[in-house]
Amino acid sequence: MPKVPGMLVGLGVTAKTFFKTVFPDGPTGPPAPSKGSHTVQYPHVKEAPPDRARGVIALHHDNCTSCMLCARECPDWCIYIEGHKELAPPRRAGGKPRQKNKLDRFDIDFALCMFCGICVEVCPFDALFWSPEFEFSELKIADLLHDKSRLADWMETVPDYPAYESGSEVKVKKLPSPSS
Amino acid sequence: MTPIIAELAYWQETVLRGLVGLVAVLLPTGALVYMFLFKMMSFMQSRLGPMEAGPYGQLQLLAEFGKFLQKEDIFPSKADRFVFAAAPFVVLVSTFLLVLVLPGGPDAHFVDLNTGIYFAMAVSSVSVIGIMMAGWGSNSKYSLLGGIRAAGQLIAYELPLVLSVVGVVIMAGTLNLKGIVLAQSDFGIWFIIPQFLGFLIFLVSIQAELTQPPFDMPVAESELVTGYMTEYSGIRFLLFFIGEFATAAVFSAIGATLFLGGWTIPFVDGSSEIMNWIGPLVLAVKMVLIAFLIFWFRMTYPRFREDQLQRLAWKFLIPLSLLNIVITAIFKVVF
Repeated sequence: MPKVPGMLVGLGVTAKTFFKTVFPDGPTGPPAPSKGSHTVQYPHVKEAPPDRARGVIALHHDNCTSCMLCARECPDWCIYIEGHKELAPPRRAGGKPRQKNKLDRFDIDFALCMFCGICVEVCPFDALFWSPEFEFSELKIADLLHDKSRLADWMETVPDYPAYESGSEVKVKKLPSPSS
Repeated sequence: MTPIIAELAYWQETVLRGLVGLVAVLLPTGALVYMFLFKMMSFMQSRLGPMEAGPYGQLQLLAEFGKFLQKEDIFPSKADRFVFAAAPFVVLVSTFLLVLVLPGGPDAHFVDLNTGIYFAMAVSSVSVIGIMMAGWGSNSKYSLLGGIRAAGQLIAYELPLVLSVVGVVIMAGTLNLKGIVLAQSDFGIWFIIPQFLGFLIFLVSIQAELTQPPFDMPVAESELVTGYMTEYSGIRFLLFFIGEFATAAVFSAIGATLFLGGWTIPFVDGSSEIMNWIGPLVLAVKMVLIAFLIFWFRMTYPRFREDQLQRLAWKFLIPLSLLNIVITAIFKVVF
């Protein structure tokens, strides 16, 4: 069979997509573009994002040691961290009181954030997580600065880690979990 | 239609002609933009297109119109104000002049020029002047480059366009558009069959004349923002937009007249009185057919590079259309 010229193949591709969209049930079915299209009409129909979608960054602030790694790695410098040291009771009776970093302020400015996820990757203590939630637009740009409690609220929307494949659990000492 | 118009005073007839002209330009333009640019393009990309304004987004064009009307009419500070302001109107005038010679029936026309197709080809070049005015008057490097690219492209593709029409003119033996239509019904077959090569050249050339993709180098947004339209906003930008798609509609109608038999239907006498009323509708259907091809190509092909675009015109299309003329002339003389 002789090779069909690429320009005709291109026309075929667009025509095929057109008919697939307009007639999703084949040429005999009724035209139903809303069924055939790959998009949804957003404000009326909400598309469920995938579990691992990068919607918004959530903070589990009990895990945060205010080590500032995330703030320093952030390409946009949109993370603001302030903390102070305070003394915690000793681990054993008679011991020296422990020193602990207490987090005062942890803000992410989502007006600057470019959702690269470096902060989530770099966090050594599992304090930052991706949440698939994406509806947090605001009327004022200043309201896009999410403070510690707002970031903590997103934790509820963070999905659990997917289960390990069978056979691979033995290699991992403990299963990390956002709620640990 | 003639008896009705004959009863009217001159000013009434003028107003009527103006209104019909406006409708003849704007109605097909809106229909093409909605059907093809909004809906067919969306379906070809597996999406729905505008759905909110009116049922299935049918009022979207009105919404866009209102949006453009509200916008500020910005003049660049060092622009040549008169040239800048007049440029969109020059482009639009060329479109309106094109509609003048289009016959919608044996008597349904604005003017009946004996040199109809010659006039149409001539006034279609006026838009180049408007585009050059826009490019020069904006005082912006993007606009200037876009304007010059547009001028180079339109001049290059004017030649194959005119030469492909010459084949039809040789077959019909007349430059009158009405004569060409009637020649097709006398000939027994639409000129698209004997002039298929000419039809293909005509399609490619009008695609380039309209600066539609894949020939949209003058407005190549990855290089020139939007070319000669860069500095325009509000109503003047809208005029350029209307001009582009109205010209698409008119060129499709000219193509339908030249190659698809205009207002005539097979096996029906083209010069009967009733054709004055159904003729425009028949012409509109044929216009939509050709516009479908234009928009299908527009949505399929990526943009040509500037040198490829010029090479296609000068080294391929022009020799091919000259060959077409020679072959047509030989057949005309022999048979």
